[in-house]
Amino acid sequence: MPANELKEVSTEYMLFEAKREEQFITGSEAVREAVRRANIDVAIAYPITPQSESMHLVGDLYAEGYVKEYFRGENEFAVMSEITGAAMAGVRTFTATCGPGTLRAFENFPMWSGARLPIVMGFMTRAINAPLSIQPDTIEMSFLLDTGMMMMHAEAAQDLYDMLLMSFDIVEQTSVHIPMGVFVDGFFVTHTRQKINIVTEDVKLRPYNPGLSPVPHIDMETPPFRLMRDPFVMKSNYISYAAHASWQQEVMASAQRAKKYIKKYMGSFIEQENPDASIQIVASGTAVSQAREAIRMLKAEGIDAGLVKVKVIRPFPADEIKAVLSGAEKIIIPEFNRVGWLCREVASVIPNNDRILPGPRVYGGMTMPPEVIIQVVKEGALVGV
Amino acid sequence: MQIYIRISGLGGQGAVTAAHILGGAAVMDRKNALVNPFFGAEKRLAPAESYVRVSDEQIFDTGEILYPDVILIFHPDVILQGKSYTMPFFSGIKRNGIIIVNSKKTIEFTEDEERRLNELNICIYFIPATEIAKQIGGTELSTNIAMLGALMGVTNIVSMDAMQESIRERFGGKVKFVASGTTASLDDAIKKQYDKVEKLIAANMNVLTEAYNRSAALAKK
Repeated sequence: MPANELKEVSTEYMLFEAKREEQFITGSEAVREAVRRANIDVAIAYPITPQSESMHLVGDLYAEGYVKEYFRGENEFAVMSEITGAAMAGVRTFTATCGPGTLRAFENFPMWSGARLPIVMGFMTRAINAPLSIQPDTIEMSFLLDTGMMMMHAEAAQDLYDMLLMSFDIVEQTSVHIPMGVFVDGFFVTHTRQKINIVTEDVKLRPYNPGLSPVPHIDMETPPFRLMRDPFVMKSNYISYAAHASWQQEVMASAQRAKKYIKKYMGSFIEQENPDASIQIVASGTAVSQAREAIRMLKAEGIDAGLVKVKVIRPFPADEIKAVLSGAEKIIIPEFNRVGWLCREVASVIPNNDRILPGPRVYGGMTMPPEVIIQVVKEGALVGV
Repeated sequence: MQIYIRISGLGGQGAVTAAHILGGAAVMDRKNALVNPFFGAEKRLAPAESYVRVSDEQIFDTGEILYPDVILIFHPDVILQGKSYTMPFFSGIKRNGIIIVNSKKTIEFTEDEERRLNELNICIYFIPATEIAKQIGGTELSTNIAMLGALMGVTNIVSMDAMQESIRERFGGKVKFVASGTTASLDDAIKKQYDKVEKLIAANMNVLTEAYNRSAALAKK
């Protein structure tokens, strides 16, 4: 359907009521299909594998009229700065990057949170150099844990599509208004073709209303307009320090206030299967899929294992995780990164965290065969903490 | 039914496109399929792998296939020059597995390789896919289609109807999947050789059938 004929609908309608059809598409194409229906004003791209295809396809949407403005920035730092400007001016934005691109742009992410910008962005995670690798690895997520950004981690293309579409309404709530990163494992999802259910092509989300922003957007028609909102911070006195500190607290509180909206659209922060099993596998992203396969293989051998899929990383669902792991005797946390950031997060919120057998950890782009998860279940940890 | 297929080739041979066509055909047969590529910097003749999982059940497992049922080798250099992410080329293959190699002549393996392949009871087929592509399809770019035909001649992984439909969708469909920007330029180059897309599709169908017949005859032996 032509872009200008799409009917505007609520996020509830888009997620829960709109008719869907099954398509056999890649994760990058799932990004395109989400953005097609997201009523984006400005999208800015800078290529880096494995993200390039996603923003390239968003460019195709611009050519077809589904996105109002689109251009290629000079580099990732420039792109995120340009996204900042667009978001400050009060429009809905979209961009994506990964790995080294994420690090190049890094200064902008905590700044987005502090400036209370409702930005939704895709991260198609990739290994960090050196040595050079373009392959999937979720280590950049560990760097972003404390930027004030909210973070969701998609297991597969279906999650990616739904998480992107629900995020706009979550971040645009007056009481929230901080950025959301939707993370997905590069290649394992972006370049993987699989069946997913897509909303039919006749609807799009309602537009962003900048009038509901808790901080004034830049109104170029009503001077004086200014880019810096908080000149008090430039002074060196007690009031300026207190203002900075309370502002940071307000950013953290925004993430807590977002919980009810995340819950409204996502249902739950975590999903659990086989809760009574004494062995529990906790995972996020593609590691969840590998764990599902491992659980299926273990079951065939007569070994019972449960699964805790963590969908939201920030705000971290500490209480939920603590509750579902209360009866677990062995906890296995498979991860696609070297540092084991999910393991650290889980260990920090559960009692008796020596129940955790760290790993398996696979990084630098390698595949995690279900067999290595099974090995940890049977033989214990493969890595030190 | 669950078949895991690993495709090893060189960049530009269509290993990724072949995987997408095969996965598409499986879905048309109402099966579940999951298709992945694996490559480094994208350039012609660099190693490129792709993986296709086909199953009646839901598929969760993703990424490289370490334990394939079937391996398709798109170029002899994968074996002879080690142009591959997986060494040796049959690494991880399951017992009674199948390997189809695009090669005009039989490749001599080392004694050790020969022994291990025998131990695992692996069936190896040599199919001159590039020759079939050139002679019947008029272009070596149809090598991947010939390899798919050869695969269908020795397994019943997808129906011929679904495979033909999937090829039609790839080259003539409204919304077609193109593996990459480089693949898109190859598409443009090949289309210049044919005045109509239908002729390109027809040539590919002939390549598919010829390779199918040849490998089916070998499988009977």
